Amino acid sequence: MVANSAGTAAEAAGSEKAGRSERLFALLQRHGALAVLVLVLAVSAFAFERFLTFRNLENVVAQSSFLGLIAVGMTFVIVSKGIDLSVGSLLALGGVLAAFSVQVAGALALIVPVLACGAIGLLNGLLIAKAKMAPFIVTLAALLGVRGLVLAIAGERTIAISDAPLFTWFGRGEILRIDVPIFIMILAFAVGALILNRTSYGQAIFAIGSSEDAAQLMGVPVDRTKIIAYTVSGALAGLAGALLAARLSAGQPVVGAAWELDAIAAVVVGGTLLTGGYGTMSGSLVGVLLLGVLQNLINQIGTLSSYTQQMASGAFLIIVVTIQIYLTRKRNL
Amino acid sequence: MNEQAPILKAREVTKRFPGVLALDRVSFQLLPGEVHALVGENGAGKSTLIKVITGVYAPDEGRVLFGGEEVSFASPRDSQAAGISTIYQEINLIPMRSVAQNVFLGREPRTRFGLLDSERMNREAAEILGRYGIQADVTAPLHSLGLGTQQMVAVARAVSLDARVVIMDEPTSSLEAREVDTLFRVIRQLRDENVGVVYVSHQLDELYEICEKVTVLRDGKLVHSGDLAELSKLQLIATMLGRELAEVERRATGFGENREVGREPVLRVRGLTRRHVLDGVSFDVRPGEVVGLAGLLGAGRSETAKAIFGAQPLDSGEVQMAGKDVKTGSPPSAIKAGIAFLPEDRRSEGIIPGLSVRENIVAAAMPRLSRVGLVSEKAQNELVERFMERLGIKASSPDQPVGELSGGNQQKVMLARWLCLDPKVLILDEPTRGIDVGAKAEVQHLIDELAEGGLGVIMISSELEEVVEGSDRVVVLRNGSVAGTLSGDDISEENLMETLAEGGSSENGESAGE
Amino acid sequence: MSRATTGTRSLDTGTIVGWTRDNGVYVAFAVLVLFNAIFTTNFATTATLFNLLIQVAPVLIVSLGMALVIGTEGIDLSVGSVMAIASAIVPLYIGYGWPVAVLIALVVGTLAGALNGSLVAFVGMQPIIATLALFVGGRGLAQVLVGGQLQIISDPTFLALGQAEVLGIPLPVIIAGVLTLIVGFVVRRTTFGRYVLAIGGNRAASYLSGHPVRAVLVAVYAISAALATVAGVLATARLSAGDPSTIGILIELDAIAAVVVGGTPLSGGKVSVVGTVMGALVMAVITATFIMNDLPFTYAQILKAVIILLAVYIQRGRGSV
Repeated sequence: MVANSAGTAAEAAGSEKAGRSERLFALLQRHGALAVLVLVLAVSAFAFERFLTFRNLENVVAQSSFLGLIAVGMTFVIVSKGIDLSVGSLLALGGVLAAFSVQVAGALALIVPVLACGAIGLLNGLLIAKAKMAPFIVTLAALLGVRGLVLAIAGERTIAISDAPLFTWFGRGEILRIDVPIFIMILAFAVGALILNRTSYGQAIFAIGSSEDAAQLMGVPVDRTKIIAYTVSGALAGLAGALLAARLSAGQPVVGAAWELDAIAAVVVGGTLLTGGYGTMSGSLVGVLLLGVLQNLINQIGTLSSYTQQMASGAFLIIVVTIQIYLTRKRNL
Repeated sequence: MNEQAPILKAREVTKRFPGVLALDRVSFQLLPGEVHALVGENGAGKSTLIKVITGVYAPDEGRVLFGGEEVSFASPRDSQAAGISTIYQEINLIPMRSVAQNVFLGREPRTRFGLLDSERMNREAAEILGRYGIQADVTAPLHSLGLGTQQMVAVARAVSLDARVVIMDEPTSSLEAREVDTLFRVIRQLRDENVGVVYVSHQLDELYEICEKVTVLRDGKLVHSGDLAELSKLQLIATMLGRELAEVERRATGFGENREVGREPVLRVRGLTRRHVLDGVSFDVRPGEVVGLAGLLGAGRSETAKAIFGAQPLDSGEVQMAGKDVKTGSPPSAIKAGIAFLPEDRRSEGIIPGLSVRENIVAAAMPRLSRVGLVSEKAQNELVERFMERLGIKASSPDQPVGELSGGNQQKVMLARWLCLDPKVLILDEPTRGIDVGAKAEVQHLIDELAEGGLGVIMISSELEEVVEGSDRVVVLRNGSVAGTLSGDDISEENLMETLAEGGSSENGESAGE
Repeated sequence: MSRATTGTRSLDTGTIVGWTRDNGVYVAFAVLVLFNAIFTTNFATTATLFNLLIQVAPVLIVSLGMALVIGTEGIDLSVGSVMAIASAIVPLYIGYGWPVAVLIALVVGTLAGALNGSLVAFVGMQPIIATLALFVGGRGLAQVLVGGQLQIISDPTFLALGQAEVLGIPLPVIIAGVLTLIVGFVVRRTTFGRYVLAIGGNRAASYLSGHPVRAVLVAVYAISAALATVAGVLATARLSAGDPSTIGILIELDAIAAVVVGGTPLSGGKVSVVGTVMGALVMAVITATFIMNDLPFTYAQILKAVIILLAVYIQRGRGSV
């Protein structure tokens, strides 16, 4: 015989409450980093008297701008469900190439690093997209191979940059009392945001990151999109390296170690999902700034050795990713 | 009827894979405004032919002609751009993106400055959906809609791409009856617009309703092509199987006749509840009984099955086997208590690729086949041999990689995996989906045998006919709770559909996703 | 498509690639040995063989653990840092006797691995991120433990672990050989080994077959770290000092390379212990080639990176049937 069960009004009320808590988690995920940044700034302002000065803050942002450039490229890569572990080594390569190029011609010092590191990024992209190799293994191999290349080119010595005022202006100059690298970083984030949110390419990146197979069948140019993402990531890392060399007036083969980790942490803290398909440029910018402020705090405290800092980096990454996973699960994504 | 030149033509197409001749000089043609059925068992070559046409594969021999000109598409992108759209059985859209973003992916409308125009995109997406009678919030993420609506969005996208040929591969497997009607309305509209439709399906009733022509493939070869009206259903099946008509008639049904059912329930399920998914599901299963679990997509059938097996977390609820409580949320506990579960998607949840047939069969029996952590090869091989024979699993040897077997044989390997545990209750989620007509009859026969042997069976199937024929009792789910139960003579397709449809507004399955 | 046609199979590119995938490492090894025998002075001597085996031993031990992890479709980037931690702990506790020191190192290492495994199994973190954290933080931790300084060890029995010989074979080599046999046995003949392969092959199916998926995942990372600890202890004994700044550096690269070159796919589901041994030997011969011919080590690094890419490239066709 046919029997009927009673409907549940309780369930309707329950689902409304569930909707509210899901919205809360979504809010946390999207803007949690900003909230933490504001909190940290507030705490620091109280704890350290010299913190909230224009000079100090401007300095923090300037120091962060190199990681910021890298984070722009990393955001594209991670949203497409990839990862680029080679950016730290490419940063070093960029700096070394800039130091060499500036001796030949000042203008080259920015162009050569971008082209060379972009070419390596292109190679990464080809292996990942066309040869269908896992991004982490390809970029891990690049991380090690490029570092080897840098050491082979420069030995272990720093290459000094002297007598190149135009080039060093890009790293140390000021416009309206604000360092030039900051402007470059802001520009990169702005253009990156525009491309990610307002172009077909950006839509393709999101699609590939959420469901690559479906995107392929829907006619999205998957290979080309990925290749461009890794090329841009490499090129930006090269640019960052060149600008850093300009700031330091030296190309150092040892810079960039573990920068890929920081870039990933910044992007993830900013709300971009490590599993792909969702992310924002603004979030990555907040993440970079947060990392920069934390680094500044550590310097202010002054007593932490670099070893302890490494431990803190590792722990920080774990905590951030764990929170993200928890929030994602709560949202049933 | 139609004297025009074919819009799509495949001429003597041959395609080889290592060790397999997938297509052997197959020819096929589609006229504009024609709805053409493409049928055959699994392994007959249907999907290979479609993949050659759409550019996933390149043919080894033969040619494909589109619009009278020879073409060789390098990828699905090219064929789509040329005017061939495909709708797949699985919903191949992006769940995380909105409806409008999915409809326009790859060809988003732009503003004057070349940037994306979201407003126009949303507006036009709503228009397209409205034209086909589909109601949905175009800014909502796709995954928030019911599967049926999602499939209709896929249809809308395919159709809006100004295709001249639309290929539909098992398009109705996720649709309710009402949505199937909508789909057929869309197809008729396409026909009026002189678009050619290739319709691939195992659902013979649907074919007879909507298609004019039929092409039958078997073992990679073309065995018949002509008007569908000239063949009876049985004749069509006979052609697909390559068997004599009389033999097919003899084997048809017999599923679910004459069962003896025990009195005391072997499985008792009480109050299974999980927020947004299940709401107080309770029922019993007796030894020798086949309980059909029916419901629309999103009703919670697979979730109920998984909950009983411990693979779905529960907020509350009890499962009892032969009077004893079974720990929920733990597959090993369920297995120990005698419950076995065959999942719906054998590719993502069943078959372990890279391992052999042998290793796949014993996968769930490991604790019984090993002492002190070592696998007993003798016991293992004995078990494997016995069940390969009993179920008629066709493989070159037990060590053959399981990925090389046909769909039907893989399903049998899955069954063997569970039967070799000698379970008391067997839960089957879509046991005959995606396998050919011959293997399907074998599996149904097997279910009969098992029930006769005293096994309690829970069977989930989207084919109403299969549920009605094979079940002694039917539990109908709607939105995660039991909407009704049918038993004995009350089990019929009409009663079933009535129970399914009753009081139904939220068919979009918003709270009880599947 | 599954009706295989009977009869002879002609030699086509598919078979060649498949053969290379499974056996390429043997060819590579033979070619390398031949090349060195001809071009490198003093290569074909017992002294060289001796050195080669000693170099291989710690890499092989770490690679065994890495192979199990990769078998579950995971990766462990922290093995080098775990070696460093081991080399920091031993000198710290050597005062209580070397067995105690080694035991504590093993416990700490195993716990660190279990932590990695828990992040993967219970939190659902991607293995590369979970182990990346320890990769960066672990060496820092080790440095903090030894105060940034090399710690010399003089306990003779302990040093014997790394420097003694039995029947002319260095003890670390014997230990590596025994561990290889054990891991090989586990993979082929135990239920645990079966579970590892099933989890890597299809985790959902493994779970639905009642396998203890989370427990096995925690275990493989714990085993990987435990084996890395053993390698770290042996390296420390050989060096006669605990030196977190050099012990285990870049061994992740060698271990992953050995496993991948040896035919174990990154996608999981298959583990080749024999292949891993061959892969470790290939990596060791490459290193030796550079050292013995006085070439800069950075070039060896580049070459190894290329080889990993090559091996993964050849591998990726697997499982596409």
